[in-house]
Amino acid sequence: MKLGLNSLTRKTALCAAIGALSVGVAGNVAAAEKPIRIGVVTFLSGSAAGTFGIPARNGAELIADQINAGTTPAPYNTKGFGGTPIELKIIDEAGGSTKAVTEYRNLVGQQGVDMVVGYISSGDCLAVAPVAEELKKLTVLFDCGTPRIFEDNSYHYVFRTGAMGTMDNVSAALYLKARGIKVGNYAGINQNYAYGQDNWADFKASMTQLYPHAKVATTQFPKLGAGQYGAEISTLLSSKADVVMSSFWGGDTDALILQGAARGLFKKSKVILTAGETAVQKLGAQIPDGTIIGARGPFDMLAPESEMNTWFRKTFEDRYSIPPSYPAYKITQAILGVKTAYEKAKAANNGQTPTQDQIIAAFEHLTWTGPGGEVTLGLGKGHQAVQGTAVGTVKHENGKLKVVDIVRFPADKVTPPDGVKSTEWINNGFKK
Amino acid sequence: MNQIPAVLADGIIYASWLFLIAAGLTLIYGVMKILNMAHGSLYALGAYAAASLGGVWLAHGYSPYGSYAILIVAAVVAGLAAGLVIERGLLRFMYGRDEVTLLLATYALLLILEDLIKLAWGVDPYFFAEPYGLLGTLEFGNLIYPTYDLLLLAVALLIGGAMSWVLKRTRSGKLLRVVIHDREVSVAMGINVGRFYLTTFTVGAILAAIGGAITAPMISVVPGMGVEVIVLAFAVVVIGGLGSLPGAALGALIVGITRAAAVHYLPEAELFSVYLVMAIVLIFRPKGLFAGAEVRKI
Repeated sequence: MKLGLNSLTRKTALCAAIGALSVGVAGNVAAAEKPIRIGVVTFLSGSAAGTFGIPARNGAELIADQINAGTTPAPYNTKGFGGTPIELKIIDEAGGSTKAVTEYRNLVGQQGVDMVVGYISSGDCLAVAPVAEELKKLTVLFDCGTPRIFEDNSYHYVFRTGAMGTMDNVSAALYLKARGIKVGNYAGINQNYAYGQDNWADFKASMTQLYPHAKVATTQFPKLGAGQYGAEISTLLSSKADVVMSSFWGGDTDALILQGAARGLFKKSKVILTAGETAVQKLGAQIPDGTIIGARGPFDMLAPESEMNTWFRKTFEDRYSIPPSYPAYKITQAILGVKTAYEKAKAANNGQTPTQDQIIAAFEHLTWTGPGGEVTLGLGKGHQAVQGTAVGTVKHENGKLKVVDIVRFPADKVTPPDGVKSTEWINNGFKK
Repeated sequence: MNQIPAVLADGIIYASWLFLIAAGLTLIYGVMKILNMAHGSLYALGAYAAASLGGVWLAHGYSPYGSYAILIVAAVVAGLAAGLVIERGLLRFMYGRDEVTLLLATYALLLILEDLIKLAWGVDPYFFAEPYGLLGTLEFGNLIYPTYDLLLLAVALLIGGAMSWVLKRTRSGKLLRVVIHDREVSVAMGINVGRFYLTTFTVGAILAAIGGAITAPMISVVPGMGVEVIVLAFAVVVIGGLGSLPGAALGALIVGITRAAAVHYLPEAELFSVYLVMAIVLIFRPKGLFAGAEVRKI
């Protein structure tokens, strides 16, 4: 009997233990909620990787880790997206727009991501946006600048959390005026593809409004990635332009600075590099005094002071030992925007996991704050971001490189109103 | 303002740079009948080696004037190592195959080298700008040119002259011309064709690397830089005639001056002008300006 009792007790204890273990396991399974999978697309190879792609990837990884740990400053200090952790699936954007579309279909169809955040190249954005619409997948473009995304089309599933390229060129022209720089003639050197052509067209149109008597001295469109600008620099020098504008990016900017500085171009003309911020970081002392630079938004050394910006810069530098450049700012801005929209949608859904359409509804016309300041989805029926910007001038002081004479432009001064195309708005004298 | 002197100066400087890249390409084709698609990657390898070694040199506080020697040393070491490994490890097993097979093999090599460069140096840009401004500037009319551009011209002339002298005046050069003329007869006459192939490919690789190393101070050294130059280098050697050294020199000069003239007078047609000239040359001389009559064996 004693034996039987003991045996029964042991069996009961064993059953209880197995039961408890089972309940525990089931409980853990319930607690380990499926993460929200975000496809991140950025250049991991090719000439744009070092300057743009990798800083963007670093920014994405940093903010994802901080969000999951709940260590992002308020109002982003809840863990994950409304308590659900996020997981990044990072892929390479290099290879052209056909490959970008194939990879996008793979991300959505095979990898089953919940949303996509990505794309630096305007060509890739233009190619991917209609496919996102076809596959009905929330897609957030974080960097590309072409105005054509929402000016020529209307999308339900596509958002862009970075401002259009128009802003860079309007603000560059406004900066010249604001700083009282006299312009009798001006020249441009831009890469020979959609981005370079669009930038020059916007800048030229803005200059026509702001300096109606100024003449175009020369317009140069070297091939993207040409690397050798000897003849172009000779032409710019011969043209004796008061101002030279360039929207060059990456290695092309660096080569133009190195070759142009050696030949006195930056002394003879006031040079504006609308995407020059990355070169300031990479070239340091090589960038000549007095060069006017933009960062395609209020980012990096042009970012307004704020707790969010201070936190972001410190956290980024602690992790990567370099300051964040504008692609890192812009992808962080994008992910924080999606987090805000997700949590707003979840709250509206009584705390239940929101559907994609609920997230999209919450995202439209949203305003949130990133490390570069406030962003509003104010164009493209609430899908295209508008944001203030800033332009500054490089100055070498006691062996240190600074950006001084920063002029900030509110969003409405550098962006057309909703429904008006950028070129029309500029040609109408920036009228609202 | 009369822009002709500026067009000539810009064209000649650009032609010097083009010739440095095209010389190795045409040498390899002339001797081995290999259109080396990986030539641009060897150019990039030279640039990365120069930027890295130059960075170390300056970081140790050595004289910046020594950096000119560093450029050449880095290029020779990188080109020598890559040339030997590629020829011994891959190409020697493929001799006798048709030119398309070899073209595909070198294309595969290009892709492999691009990835190897990325593995070794990552994707961040590298800079070694000190040698570019160190020699000061020269005034030419209203324009200023870095003296380094003159150095580029001097190196191109030196390399072109040295190659020409070796090919025409030395015993090895004469034997090499025999190999170019007829491989089979050369073997029958006891010439070690394999050794000539190895030497030719290695010298071609070194020339590509020198082109990259000399360009490094003027640019940021980034992934994919080799792919950008290879198309232009092909245009140069096709205009001049594949395998012809004087052809490469003339092709470089034609492309350089055409491009400079377009930039000065009709910037919209800059890229188009180079390929227009190439098309015109090929209409009248389908095998390029310096291609000799082809002997057909029956």
